Amino acid sequence: MSAVPISYYLVLSAILFGLGVVAFVFKRNIITMFMSIELMLNAVNLAFVAFARAHNSLDGLVFVFFVIVVAAAESAVGLAIVIMLAQNRQSLNVERINLLKL
Amino acid sequence: MNIAILMFFVCALLAVAGAVVLILAQEPIHSALALVLVMMALAVLYLLLGAPFIAAVQVIVYAGAVMVLFVFVIMLLNAGVEERTDFSKIAKFAGVPLGFLLLLEIAHWLAHSPIGTAIANGVGSSNEAADTANLSEMLFRQYLFPFEATSILILIAILGALVLARKEPS
Repeated sequence: MSAVPISYYLVLSAILFGLGVVAFVFKRNIITMFMSIELMLNAVNLAFVAFARAHNSLDGLVFVFFVIVVAAAESAVGLAIVIMLAQNRQSLNVERINLLKL
Repeated sequence: MNIAILMFFVCALLAVAGAVVLILAQEPIHSALALVLVMMALAVLYLLLGAPFIAAVQVIVYAGAVMVLFVFVIMLLNAGVEERTDFSKIAKFAGVPLGFLLLLEIAHWLAHSPIGTAIANGVGSSNEAADTANLSEMLFRQYLFPFEATSILILIAILGALVLARKEPS
C-alpha cells in the first residue's frame, strides 16, 4: 500500500529534528523550549517507525511506545518545575533563571 | 502520482510548516497549536507507514494529554509575548548556512544510503491488524519488565509533579 521510500521519512525526520534544535536554541521562553524538546522526540519517533518498517520488525514500534510514555512523564514533571519557577521568579525567560551561574 | 506519495508530501509539508511556525510564533499558545499540527501530521504518517497503534497512541497521548498539559500551563501562567533573542552576526551569516549545509548533506546521504533505497519497495506488505496483535504480544511477553517499570515511572512522575507544584506551607 505504501510506495513511499523509507529515505523520504528519514529526511523528514532529520528536518524536523533540525528545526527542533533551532527552536531550542532561539527560544528564550522556558515553555516553548520544552515544546521544542517534544518536537525533537517526535522526529526521532518518526525515524524509529520508519526503520522498524524497513526491517520488518516490531521492536522499533515498542521503542516508540516507551519513548512516548517517558516523554509524557517527563513533560508532567517538567511543567511542574516550570510552574514552580514562574511562581518564584515572576518570569518565564530562561536568562533570568541564573541562580546556579557563576 | 501515487496517492501514498501525495499523502506523504501533504503531511510532511504540514509538519514542517508547523515546526517553522513553532519557531517564528511570538506567543507560546501559537507555538503550542503549531506543535499540535505537527503531531497530527506525524500521526497520519504513522498510519501511512502501517503502524495504526502508534498513530492512535500519538493522537491520544501526545496531541491529547501532553499538549493539553502544555496549553493548561500556558493559560495558568498567563504567558504573553516572549522576548526575542538578539541574533548575533555570526549566527546569522555562518550558523544558518552551515545548518542548511548539514541538513542537505544528511538528506543526500540518507537518500543514497543502502537503507534508504534498497528496502524502499518492501514496505507496507504486512497485515496491520496482525501487526497490532503481535505488538501487544511483544509488549506483554518480551518487554513485560520494561512495561511494568514504566508504570512505576509514571507513578513517580505523578508524585514528583504533585510535590513540585504544591504551595509551600510557610
